[in-house]
Amino acid sequence: MSASQDVAAWQARMPAAFGRRGLARGLRWVLALGAVGFTLGAFVWFEMTPARFLGGLAELLRVSLLMLPPSPGEQPMELFWALLETLAMAVAGTVVAAVLAVPLGFLAARNVISLAPFRFGLRRFMDVLRGVDQLVWALIFVRAVGLGPLAGVLAIIVSDTGTLAKLYSEALENADRRPVDGVRAAGGDGVQSARFGLLPQALPLILSNILYIFESNVRSSTILGIVGAGGIGFQLSDRIRALRWDEAAFIILMILATVALIDWGSAALRRRLLRP
Amino acid sequence: MTRADVAAPLGGGSLAAAESAFGALRGERRRRGLLGWGLLALVFLASAFVAELDPTRIWAGLPRITEYAERTLPLLRWGHLPEDLAEWFWDLGHWLQLLAETVVMAYLATLVGSLFAFLGCFFATRGLAPNAPLAWVIRRGFEFARAVPELVFALLFIYAFGLGPMAGVMAVALHSLGAQGKLFAEAAEGAGAGPVDGIRAAGGSWAESIRFGVVPQILPNLASFTLWRFEINVRNSAIIGFVGAGGIGEAVFTAVRLLHYEDVSALLILLVVTVSVIDQLCGRLRHRLIGGETAK
Repeated sequence: MSASQDVAAWQARMPAAFGRRGLARGLRWVLALGAVGFTLGAFVWFEMTPARFLGGLAELLRVSLLMLPPSPGEQPMELFWALLETLAMAVAGTVVAAVLAVPLGFLAARNVISLAPFRFGLRRFMDVLRGVDQLVWALIFVRAVGLGPLAGVLAIIVSDTGTLAKLYSEALENADRRPVDGVRAAGGDGVQSARFGLLPQALPLILSNILYIFESNVRSSTILGIVGAGGIGFQLSDRIRALRWDEAAFIILMILATVALIDWGSAALRRRLLRP
Repeated sequence: MTRADVAAPLGGGSLAAAESAFGALRGERRRRGLLGWGLLALVFLASAFVAELDPTRIWAGLPRITEYAERTLPLLRWGHLPEDLAEWFWDLGHWLQLLAETVVMAYLATLVGSLFAFLGCFFATRGLAPNAPLAWVIRRGFEFARAVPELVFALLFIYAFGLGPMAGVMAVALHSLGAQGKLFAEAAEGAGAGPVDGIRAAGGSWAESIRFGVVPQILPNLASFTLWRFEINVRNSAIIGFVGAGGIGEAVFTAVRLLHYEDVSALLILLVVTVSVIDQLCGRLRHRLIGGETAK
């Protein structure tokens, strides 16, 4: 038996062990070509030509050189105050959202309230709150309550109440049933079984989630200012629009340092919370 | 902690001693708890002051917020539902085109970011990278790209590449490169060393050991991360238009700024529907890719 006959015999016995043949293979080629064509078409649609790319890159290089050395500019205190405002927005927004989400989280948890249609409605409502980006909320609140950090705080509250309520309800649903039954058996009522049966189990996870959301809010509150909702983002977009690149670079470095510091502190706290 | 636990180290001493030890422990925990809550309350009050979270201002602003919400509600009458809907979504053709632009922007950004992350991650992985200083540099590069928000990159790129979707794609792609690079490198680090050692022992080169030893192990995970990144990037591409970098964000920005209330609600509905449809589709694909491990 020659080698090719051998291969053919094995292929007949175990088709799945070999590469696809015939029609399946042709179909794959058509799909791959279609994907490549679609991608190239998208580049053409957005006018992303190599010439434009290289031109932009040269411009970026020129700008990066202008960023050196980073400088705080004439009003360093203004920048530090804006950074403080950014952090304050994240803290205030997270705390209020964390408190507002408590009743919603309990109501949305399957093992606390057994009213399916109500739970469904509540969950969809929270999905919508989360589905709209924080920056869109910020833009809307700037229109409704005016420029400034309050609009940013409200945006954080609205978008994160939904997220936190969902995380709370999941933490509660994943809790062990037995402590709840124990409190019930000892004569506790519904509220007591939630307080002494569920909450001690879910609390570390809930606090850890809050810290995680806080980290995320510190990141997002640095850019909320770009739409006028307070914080350092306003200073940054202002410096970039005025082409003061050294100050823009300084602000970016400030943001990076702050975010790294907060992440580090928050991660350390979370590790302590989740330690058994 | 139960009373027995407290009593045990006392060598089974009197109940009163155990009781007082328990009381002391409890008091200590309570004091620490109170201190923590007090500190948190203090930080919150200071933050609320700096962030102008003034209850009276919120109370005063509340009617404006509800009024805003009311004005975004369109006029819909049963008898004239088709006409009213057409009036509400009056610019649907243009909006759908912007939505398509947003999704294609997210697609390109995910593709470019993930491709470069894929090429770069093997040079950044501990234990696999051929050159340690280079690996360090690439990891810091990933970190930087991940830490800077897309919108900040977009502001810079608009200046460099001009207004329009190109700047948006580049900004989202660069941020994705950082995020994906980290995830990909972690996946490569977690891959079993057996196949790599086998290929090296059989005389394979470094590139061959990556191609045939690591990539087959991590590919399903990478594909899952990439789909997930695509979901995130659809959201990000939707807001990047706020600064003029293409996509539906420009229409949202204009509608909010110019107080076209009904356009705001129509656009938000389109956006939420698009995002959730894409999330659903990608979620299903992801569960199939990783063998339903995380499927609920």
